[in-house]
Amino acid sequence: MSASLPLASTDTPLPAAKRDIAPLLLIPVLALLMLPLVGSFPTWVTLTVAGLAMGMMIFIMASGLTLVFGLMDVLNFGHGAFVSVGAFAATLVLLPMRGWLEADSLLLNLGVLGLAVTLAMVVTALLGWAFERIIIMPVYGQHLKQILITMGGMIVAEQLINVIWGAETIPLPLPTSLRGAIFLGDAAIEKYRLLAVVVGLVVFAVLFLTLNRTKIGLLIRAGVENRDMVESLGYRIRRLFVAVFAAGSALAGLGGVMWGLYKETLSAAMGSETIVMIFIVIIIGGLGSVGGCFIGALLMALVANYAGFLAPKFALVSNIALMIAVLMWRPAGLYSKSRG
Amino acid sequence: MPEPLLTLSGVHTHIGQYHILQGVDLVVPRGELSVLLGRNGAGKTTTLRTIMGLWKASAGSITFDGQDITKLATPDIARLGIAYVPESMAVFSDLTVRENLHLAARNGPMDQARVDWIFGFFPALKKFWNYPAGNLSGGQKQMVAIARAIVEPRKLLLVDEPTKGLAPSIVQSLIAAFRELKELETTILLVEQNFNFVRSLGDTVSVMDDGRVAHAGSMAALAGDDELQQRLLGLSLASHQ
Repeated sequence: MSASLPLASTDTPLPAAKRDIAPLLLIPVLALLMLPLVGSFPTWVTLTVAGLAMGMMIFIMASGLTLVFGLMDVLNFGHGAFVSVGAFAATLVLLPMRGWLEADSLLLNLGVLGLAVTLAMVVTALLGWAFERIIIMPVYGQHLKQILITMGGMIVAEQLINVIWGAETIPLPLPTSLRGAIFLGDAAIEKYRLLAVVVGLVVFAVLFLTLNRTKIGLLIRAGVENRDMVESLGYRIRRLFVAVFAAGSALAGLGGVMWGLYKETLSAAMGSETIVMIFIVIIIGGLGSVGGCFIGALLMALVANYAGFLAPKFALVSNIALMIAVLMWRPAGLYSKSRG
Repeated sequence: MPEPLLTLSGVHTHIGQYHILQGVDLVVPRGELSVLLGRNGAGKTTTLRTIMGLWKASAGSITFDGQDITKLATPDIARLGIAYVPESMAVFSDLTVRENLHLAARNGPMDQARVDWIFGFFPALKKFWNYPAGNLSGGQKQMVAIARAIVEPRKLLLVDEPTKGLAPSIVQSLIAAFRELKELETTILLVEQNFNFVRSLGDTVSVMDDGRVAHAGSMAALAGDDELQQRLLGLSLASHQ
C-alpha cells in the first residue's frame, strides 16, 4: 500500500470540540439558589439529599426507557409494568426472608436486598425480552400502535399482578440497618436515601462506561444515530435491540424495588403512577440521552422537593412547569440526539 | 472482460406504493471501477440500497461473488465483504473519527499500517482523530465515510455521490484515493452525477433512467463518443454538465 498521493486539504478550520456543560450546571445552580430561600442550612441539606435520592431512583427507572426509545424508536408506555413487576418479584425474596431483613446486621440486610434485586432484574429482563418479541416486534415504526399496545400491555401486567399477589397494598418495610437517619451537624439524612444515591451513581457510572468505553456501547450510540448504517457495517442491530430492551426492563425492575422500599408499600398501580414522571424526565433530558435523563431526573426531583417545602401548592405542577421551562430553552431536551 | 463480482438481473424495488427500480440489469466486473450515472430520481441510490438489502428487491436477483444475496439481511450482506458509503455519508456524529473507524473494523483492532495508509489519503483524519465526527466539515465527513469503508479490506465498495457539495480540492483528493484503490484492484461501484469526476476513473459505465439501465458499456467508449454522450446526456445528464 503506497500513499504517494496529493494530500486532502486540512486547512478547513475545525470548530472546537463542544463540551456542553450548561445543563450540568443547572443542578448546583438550582441548589445554591434555593439555599437562601430555604433559610436553614440543615433543612437545605436534608431537602437536597432527599431530592438527589429521589432523582436517582427516577433515573434508574427512566434510563432504560430513554435507551429503548433512542435506539429502537419505540414509545413504550408499558415501561411502568416492569417497575411494578420488579417490585413485586422482589417480595418473593423479601417477604419469606423477613427475618434477615429485620436482623440487626447490615450484611444480612444488604444480602437479602441483593438477592431480591437480582431476582427482580432477572424476572424483568426475561419479561422485557418476551414483551419485545410478542408485543413490540409487530409494531416497529408505528408509533400510534406502539402507544396503544404497550398501554394495553401495562394494564394486563397490572391485572396479572393483582391475580398473583392480590389487589391489596403490600407493606414493604425497610431493612433494619437502613431505617432512620444519620446526622451531619443538625442536618438529618435518611440512610436509605444515601443508599439510593449510591446505587443511582453506580448505575449511571456503569451505563456511562458501557456506552463510552466498550464496543457494545459504541454500537448503541451509533444505533441511536443511524440504525441502517450500523447494519451496513455488518452488525445485527436487531439482537442489540433485544438486549437493550431486556437491560432497560431490568433497570426498571431495579428502580421498582428501590421505589417500593422508598414508599414502603407496593401496589400494582405503582408502574402506571410513575410512568408519567418517567416520560417527563426523558423528555426533559432529550430522548435517547442517558446523560440528559440523569440530569433531568435530578432536576425534577430537586425542584419537586424544594417546591414542596417552599410552595406546596406549586409542587403539584412543578414537574410540568420544569418541563415547559426546559423545552422553551432547549426544544429537543437538555441533550438531544440526532436520529438517522 | 473480468468475471463479474456483482450481478443484478431484472431487479425491481418498491418503496411503499412507488415502483422505483423497474428491472435493473447491471454487471460489476471484479477488480474494476464501475460507474452508475443518471439524473436525480433515476434510481441510482435505490439500486445501492437494494444491493445492501436496506430495501428489499420485490423481483429479480442479485448475485455477489457467486452467491445469491437477494434475500439476505443487510448485516449478512456486509459480512460477505461489501462496504457502503451512503450519499448522506452517515458518519456517527456523536462518535469520534477513531470510534467511527473502530466500529467499521469488525475483525478486531484496527491494523495500524492500514490506518497510516488511510492517513496518506486523508491527513485531516489524523489531525482530528479524537474529535467528534459531527464537528467536521462536509468534506472531512466524506473522508471519514470513505475511510470507514476501507479500514479493512473489502471485496466491493458501493459509494453514493461522494463529490456532492464538496470543494474542488477535496474532490481532487477523492479522485486520487479512488485511483489508488483501483490500482489495488478493489472493485468499486460508484454512483455519480458529475461526469467529469468519473470519466477518468471509470472502467465501465451504466446510465440509469426511470428505474432502468438505459446504457451499459465501457467508460472509454462513452468518453470518446461525443454522439453517444450527447444522446445519453440529452437523455439524462444534460442538466448536470
